[in-house]
Amino acid sequence: MSRNTQKSNSPLRFLIWGYIVWSLVPVMIAVIFSFNDGRSRTVWQGFSFRWWWQDPNSSVFQNAEMRNAIVNSLVLAISTLLIVTPLGIALAIGSQRIRGRSEKFVQGLTSTPLITPEIVVGAALLLTFTRLFTAIPLGFAAQLLGNVTFSLASVVVIVRARLVSIGASFEEAARDLGATRWQALRFVLLPMLWPSVMASLVVVFATVIDDFVITSFLSAGVSSETVPLRIYSSVRGGATPALNALATLLVLTSFAVLIIGLFGLSTWRKRHGERGGLRAALADVTQINS
Amino acid sequence: MDTLHSGLTQTNLKNSPRLWAGLAIPGTVWLIALFAIPFYAVACIAFGTIDPIFRDAVPQWNPLSWNFVQARQIFSSLATGALQGVAIRTVVYVVSAVTLSFLIGFPIAYFLARHAGKRKLLLLVLIIVPFWVNYLMRMLAWVNLLSVDGLFTRFMRVFGVNYNWLDGSPITVILGLVYGYVPFLILPLYATLERLDWRLVDAARDLGANSRQAFRLVTLPMSKAGLVAAGILIALPMFGDYYTNDLLSRSPSTEMIGNQIDFFLNASSQPQNGALLVLALSIFLLFFMSFYLRSTRQQSKQVTR
Repeated sequence: MSRNTQKSNSPLRFLIWGYIVWSLVPVMIAVIFSFNDGRSRTVWQGFSFRWWWQDPNSSVFQNAEMRNAIVNSLVLAISTLLIVTPLGIALAIGSQRIRGRSEKFVQGLTSTPLITPEIVVGAALLLTFTRLFTAIPLGFAAQLLGNVTFSLASVVVIVRARLVSIGASFEEAARDLGATRWQALRFVLLPMLWPSVMASLVVVFATVIDDFVITSFLSAGVSSETVPLRIYSSVRGGATPALNALATLLVLTSFAVLIIGLFGLSTWRKRHGERGGLRAALADVTQINS
Repeated sequence: MDTLHSGLTQTNLKNSPRLWAGLAIPGTVWLIALFAIPFYAVACIAFGTIDPIFRDAVPQWNPLSWNFVQARQIFSSLATGALQGVAIRTVVYVVSAVTLSFLIGFPIAYFLARHAGKRKLLLLVLIIVPFWVNYLMRMLAWVNLLSVDGLFTRFMRVFGVNYNWLDGSPITVILGLVYGYVPFLILPLYATLERLDWRLVDAARDLGANSRQAFRLVTLPMSKAGLVAAGILIALPMFGDYYTNDLLSRSPSTEMIGNQIDFFLNASSQPQNGALLVLALSIFLLFFMSFYLRSTRQQSKQVTR
């Protein structure tokens, strides 16, 4: 029976591998061309690290503008994390437990940004910062507020899923043993939320470091140019393979964070006797329950 | 006794509104200030006036004095005038790209959920990878391949195809959208199919349905809500996309509504027109968004039940 189904699905098997090749090979070629010795991003002229660090002016690690973009990206991503994590955890707990009329309002308000197209959020914030909240200048400050706004909802969704799976019994036990509400929250619930916190850190970091639309709408020229903005503005020009190297660096950074996060998640799970492994950790960061 | 006891503590936990409200307040205030109010600001600018000297948009904060002159002009332009082409193109491109994404994504998600067997985790990881590769990097990859001396262009020339891919080609833009968004379709599709009770499909087969009938009469109706939600999930950002178009075409002949918004707000200084288009897009998408929110809420209710 099982051999039979496998046989009948061989076209699907072919399709899935074809898809994987189609989705990954172009990116791999772009990565390979970051090591091109010549100035072309399309014609191979031998292997070198010229565009990574050897060229004194235009390699990724030596070009002032590219370094500036890398620093801006990292600062923006980390600052966003510092604000959005506590804000999101508190909002997730609060919005799950308040009752009555405000419950629906708060839940609607937290889930809408998740599916609003970025261009709408970016445009609305641009108009707001230039005409209403004029105390906030375009550039880093506006980009930070924009990214926090856009990623807050994903933290709430991730943490809330964990809250549902934990349930109320642990806190109730703590209360029965004499803990105050705040103590039960602080010493019982919060430590148990850790996997969802780690997952949100990974997701938000990747979202912000990859973000183009909001960061671009709220930027103020070179001083607040991030890596995606730099890529966007030079793709269609006569940029050198240093651009490929810059994009590769961006991809490597989000993968490094993802791998650290997955590793951290599965270690935590093992140590605390929770079922899990790679698949559970993947489910945490993609929010797909399999 | 036991039920009485747990009933008491249950009310205890639910009954500390001040603590829970206190936790919800900072985030709620944040979203009101930087998500809800900005929408209001968009409306105030859209229905405001233009400064006669500086030609800049002057917001009208009082809804009672909103002026709809420019709005009428933009909306009629979208319906029948200069922007009609952009509006139609946006819908055509998005519908084609979503359809193609389903043709690619559904069989893959189906295979992954049902027949992947021992390789499932490996395949799942490989399919999640593009999720984590920056969108612009994936577009950059294709710009390199499709440029005049790019590998793909040269490869196609072997077969006598001499096509200028990156200069206003609708095919490139639609395929670019598919390439960009299909990973975001496969995962939710997979999650939907994975959750299905496949015993019902087996039952249909046992009762004499052939595989096509079982698919049409059992699998499809069971997964319909999830499929629609997944489709909406990629259609929403596609409707607001302008960068795919900008990177792969840069030609007015393939412009979508996102490009017009970007143009009015960033390239020229006509913020009122930009605000009006943002408003038009939001109203158009509101229907899809509320449908999506309603269907996911129902799903999560079913799960907790």
